[in-house]
Amino acid sequence: MEIGLTHFLVVSTMVFLAGLFCVLTRRNAIGILMGVELILNSANLNYLAFSRYSSVNYDGQMFAIFVIMLAAAEAAIGLAIVLGIYQTFHTIDVEATDTLRL
Amino acid sequence: MDLAPVESLGYFVPELILGVAVIGTILADLLVRRKEVLAVAALVAVVLSMLASVLMLADTPDTTLFNRMIVHDQFSLYFKIIFGLAAFATIWMSMDSREVDQVSQGEYYALLLASTLGMYFMATSTNLLMSYLALEFVSLTSYVLTGMLRNNRRSGEASLKYLIYGGVASGTMIYGMSWIFGLAGTMDYAGINEALTTSSPASSLALFIGVVLTLSGLGYKIAAVPFHMWAPDVYTGAPIPITAFLSVGSKAAGFALLLRFFYPALSSLGDDGQWQALGGAGWPQIILVLSMLSMTIGNLAALQQDNIKRLLAYSSVAHAGYMLMGLVVLSDEGLRSVLFYLVMYYMMNIGAFAIVMLVANATGREDFDSFRGLAWRGGALPAAAMAVFLFSLAGIPPFAGFIGKFYLFAAVIRAEMYTLALVGALNSVVSLYYYARIVRAMFLDEPDGSEETVSLDWSTGGLVAVLTVGTVVFGLYWTPVIGLADRSVRFFLG
Repeated sequence: MEIGLTHFLVVSTMVFLAGLFCVLTRRNAIGILMGVELILNSANLNYLAFSRYSSVNYDGQMFAIFVIMLAAAEAAIGLAIVLGIYQTFHTIDVEATDTLRL
Repeated sequence: MDLAPVESLGYFVPELILGVAVIGTILADLLVRRKEVLAVAALVAVVLSMLASVLMLADTPDTTLFNRMIVHDQFSLYFKIIFGLAAFATIWMSMDSREVDQVSQGEYYALLLASTLGMYFMATSTNLLMSYLALEFVSLTSYVLTGMLRNNRRSGEASLKYLIYGGVASGTMIYGMSWIFGLAGTMDYAGINEALTTSSPASSLALFIGVVLTLSGLGYKIAAVPFHMWAPDVYTGAPIPITAFLSVGSKAAGFALLLRFFYPALSSLGDDGQWQALGGAGWPQIILVLSMLSMTIGNLAALQQDNIKRLLAYSSVAHAGYMLMGLVVLSDEGLRSVLFYLVMYYMMNIGAFAIVMLVANATGREDFDSFRGLAWRGGALPAAAMAVFLFSLAGIPPFAGFIGKFYLFAAVIRAEMYTLALVGALNSVVSLYYYARIVRAMFLDEPDGSEETVSLDWSTGGLVAVLTVGTVVFGLYWTPVIGLADRSVRFFLG
């Protein structure tokens, strides 16, 4: 069987849903950030697959490189914020840090 | 006209000024001992950048820059001026804010200017990649600005929540964009428009999914229901000037991106100023639902709030709903009224937050009790100004907010969408209740003697005076602004 565009799209959809599931179920802030990485990478898979199968130039690959770079920047800022949270709350459980309420 | 990088620089002056100022602020922080200089320098840079945008307003040709990555047109200039005004008021407020005194000044102003620069790009990008980069640029700087108060638990928590919601929303957005890219085969808005004009109906479901997912990132930026959950917490936890900046600047930037994405890219303009949604994507219906939900949920949630910042956060969600009405009607008239409303919203909302900051500086709190009897404990003028801003936000004549809402509702009624107009009108009535509650607390409640006195200093007083005068004057004479907004509904895609 030839591996085609559809296979890539199915895989990327599964990765996207896994990421979304991870974000919704994790209570640990680092776990949630890892879920976000999965979502970003599912988009990357889509860009690469579309670029390979239906585009004439390298726009998709370029987008994926930028996404990887921005994911690194977001992780850096995210970890700094999580570290700050750990220093004030002594936990990174997002339910324990939920003090802003009505 | 398409310009290559070197020729583009001439049209890129507002951005260059801000870019130089960002680096300059970081360097100056190392060299200067008197840190107040940094705020003044940032203020000057924003004014210069705004001046450059205003000078370009007079008949420079529309053109794409940097090999079709960003665009220079009337629409983007209009938004650059709004962002400049928002940054200007924010820096002014920051100089008087007790909260901001504690943070590292160089980092704070550099990040604030960088965030403004990111907003410029959100208004100018005509490419999916550029749009995403600009959105993340603004988001990343906003996360840090929100968490600037390092020994304040609320501030840290707010920035964590902002980060998580923002990360998921922008991730979902680029996943949606990847479907649009797959269908159109290009990142360029003009190319997407061309591809959708000739596309087969078989792909309309995939396009619909792509558009809905993309909307999650844009909806998060403008704080529209159901992507608004971050707003109340972030607005409560952030330093007050940053809250004001996010509620006006970030929202306007979100609208700029939203308008450019949905209008020139996903619709086509007819001869009569009416737009037509392309490719069976059905996005006007989704925005219609979002608009109604944002108004209703925002206003109902605001009714129960005890913290003024949180109340204004829900009010800003409701205002996103009012402004989305202008997108649903698919006409130039609707777009014009959104652009017009953003300026009116800028004055009244920043004004309200300036008064909240004044009270918080004196009392250290921003709940309802800190406003009790404000007029009778030294704060008669701030209380009067706050009443003007709140009545304007409620849409009561003769203030600016009324005229803004008038144009929005006129566009909706002309499009014969009576249900939407009715929902909007009912919501305006509901909103009057909670705005009037604050006014009543300020004027009719007696202070019990335990509250601190609030006095108006010259600096904050100046800003409040300008915004109050603006709110009143534009409520009576608004022709220049609506004329400018009218001229600015002119997208250029090259």
